[in-house]
Amino acid sequence: MPWPAAVTELEKLKDHPAIARLLAWNPAAVEGAKYDRDEITIYIERSSIREACALLRDNPNFPLNYLSDVTCVDWYPSDPRFEVVYHLLSISKKERVRLKVRLSGDSPAVESITSVWRGANYFEREVFDLFGVRFTGHPYLRRILMPEDWEGNPLRKDYPVEGYR
Amino acid sequence: MAHLTSVPALEPGQDKTMILNMGPQHPSTHGVLRLMLEIDGENIVRLMPDIGFLHTGIEKTCEAKFYQQVVPMTDRIDYLCPMTNNLCYVLAVEKLLGLEIPPKAQWLRVMMNELTRINSHLVWLGTHAMDMGAMTVFLYCFREREDILRLFEAISGQRMMTSYFRIGGVALEPPLGFLDRVRDFANRFPSKVDEYENLLTGNPIWMMRTKGVAKITAEDAIALGASGPTLRGSGVDHDLRRDMPYSGYENFKFKVPVAKEGDVFARYMCRVQELRESIGIVKQAVEGMPDGPVKANAPHVVLPDREKMKTQMEALIYHFKIITEGFAVPEGEVYQAVESPRGEMGYYVVSDGTAKPYRVHMRSACLANLQTLPSMCEGRLLADVVAAIGSIDIVLGEIDR
Repeated sequence: MPWPAAVTELEKLKDHPAIARLLAWNPAAVEGAKYDRDEITIYIERSSIREACALLRDNPNFPLNYLSDVTCVDWYPSDPRFEVVYHLLSISKKERVRLKVRLSGDSPAVESITSVWRGANYFEREVFDLFGVRFTGHPYLRRILMPEDWEGNPLRKDYPVEGYR
Repeated sequence: MAHLTSVPALEPGQDKTMILNMGPQHPSTHGVLRLMLEIDGENIVRLMPDIGFLHTGIEKTCEAKFYQQVVPMTDRIDYLCPMTNNLCYVLAVEKLLGLEIPPKAQWLRVMMNELTRINSHLVWLGTHAMDMGAMTVFLYCFREREDILRLFEAISGQRMMTSYFRIGGVALEPPLGFLDRVRDFANRFPSKVDEYENLLTGNPIWMMRTKGVAKITAEDAIALGASGPTLRGSGVDHDLRRDMPYSGYENFKFKVPVAKEGDVFARYMCRVQELRESIGIVKQAVEGMPDGPVKANAPHVVLPDREKMKTQMEALIYHFKIITEGFAVPEGEVYQAVESPRGEMGYYVVSDGTAKPYRVHMRSACLANLQTLPSMCEGRLLADVVAAIGSIDIVLGEIDR
């Protein structure tokens, strides 16, 4: 069965506990939301991501206490070019929420969430290594998978699959 | 990959401590994990894992393949549980497509998935015990693992890189008599688990090496993103198969073993109990195996049977089209997670509406579990590092991808 069309109006989704909590805190932090294929996505304003994560983690009605994953998607050549994607999980409520931060292509940077979840450390290092997105406030932001002296960020779309020859 | 010389955080302090390099080629690092240890005598002051030696850029390669061509790539990530990775990927793409899978295919997937879990846990148990000096267990475990690999070979033609699952179902009907062989194995296996447990569970040497060693609290485990037996060993009752069921797991009855202590022994107990639960699921799958097709009725996605291809024009056309130009997947994104033997294995697949995935990201359970290693080992003895590495059951292929 094909999926129903995605809901992209924030107005229709504002009753979701995670979105409601964020809106009650700071409406400017929520840039938009999407409900598609049973998954909820919240677009967070770039400078609010760390506080938004802390808020959602400690939300008493809907604690998103577990960070599943941090990754990135490169939408080259459009702008904003990068989307940093956070997958949060509520162990008690058994639900997931996806947060997204959009970043522009030149010197992309976003605040690190390692102070909220220490487990974000390796995930953010991986995104830094493979996409070149900087995480400010990260305790040890160095390449993790590629060698230290590697040039370029392999998962960027303008990086050829075979590498530079 | 970090280099020891370029790590200022691990400079020896005041001539009291020294830096010890462990790995990457070391029998007890389960692959090519390198650990940098700052030690004070035999005590670990700091531990830093260094990974990336097996990085093959699979995520990048996936972006250049058709959706169906990615399936064999997913085997290569975690070579001990190929079917779990297959399953996670095909579920993600099926979710993107909105494809419904016939019950028999789901049952087969669950059955093979649990056999994979047993296979993976057997390798873990054997090597973990060998790391700590119990050589016999290794041979016992590999005896049963061989049976499972033969089952894999019978159903998929491959012992390790199975690629048995397809988008929309499974590759083939299982061969004649296959379910009887699985039933036979499932009846035999619980007594074998007793054998392993006889060798280890009450063994005073084993208990001394594992009890109270490399402890981690539930709060730390959650904060560090640990999952699977590493999380359940610390008393967090969370299993995706039960809590967020996929592929028909809601139809099976099983318990989720949880231990409170958070030490190596607790994680050992969780996995050994899981062996018993998994074989229970395999039995249920064999007994309740529904009849019907093993592939979804979606000719634009699922390859036709060989027979139809030779006799029907449309089937031939679909076959040609799927092979040469793939199939378009509607725009969107999906995060699908499954409970792999090591924890939460997640695939994040982004589609831009073409026949090739725009982005495939694998959430590696091992990568997150590895982050717990420093908190487990720091302040403890050097000899416990080997026990701790074994107890989080890492596969470096999955960490580095």
